[in-house]
Amino acid sequence: MSASFEQEIQEYQLESTLDSVDLADQNALDLARKFGFGEDDQNSISMAVRECMVNAVAHGNKYNARKKVYLKLEAMPGTLAVTIGDEGDGFKDTDVPDPLAQENLLKQSGRGLLLMRAFMDECEHAARVPQGTLVRMVKRLGEV
Amino acid sequence: MTNRQVGDVTVIDAAGRITLGEGSSAFRDTIKDLVTKGDKKVLLNLSEVSYIDSSGIGELVSGFTTVSNAGGRLKLLGLTKRVQDLLQITKLYTVFEVFDDEAAGLASFS
Repeated sequence: MSASFEQEIQEYQLESTLDSVDLADQNALDLARKFGFGEDDQNSISMAVRECMVNAVAHGNKYNARKKVYLKLEAMPGTLAVTIGDEGDGFKDTDVPDPLAQENLLKQSGRGLLLMRAFMDECEHAARVPQGTLVRMVKRLGEV
Repeated sequence: MTNRQVGDVTVIDAAGRITLGEGSSAFRDTIKDLVTKGDKKVLLNLSEVSYIDSSGIGELVSGFTTVSNAGGRLKLLGLTKRVQDLLQITKLYTVFEVFDDEAAGLASFS
């Protein structure tokens, strides 16, 4: 962990459990508050971090105790970036059915990525070396 | 999560969080019990629900489908701003009937 007046970076290796979802959420919220994000932005960050962590723990690592979730929080004035990595099999956008398509509206799952993109200003994912998925999301102060 | 009967409508008063591992299985069990008993008019009061994630949304959709498949209707009451936003983003406002006022929600079943 490193901190300065202008920037703070936190990195964690987390277990593949739902407790890690709460921990990531809490740390991201603490940092967001510290860097001046208001309640609406905090709610958005919380939602996106929880969705991403659940994806990593449940869908990526499949709760496998041998697999870890990587979390990096980077804050600087006006910006919070969250990077979450898993050790799963990875996925492609084309693997995920469009949750807004009429035929998918009543499906029980498949909305996590949609919510992450909706609540953050940037959300991109890539294959992680040697295995898994790395998601990076950015929230900027005052943007929707 | 508590149930009360108002005429022939079952009102489910949910509170707290409906997320993966928290609250979602309680909601699922409640809906199954109601459908098994033949209760087909369900008004789900979400005014005291502070947080719903995508798993919770999935449970709402599943509950809607379960009640509909049994020939009934599940409608929503008292959405917070956050839940309203979620329904907007996920387009589920096109699926659920939503009421701000309990009396209006109850009357809609008759």
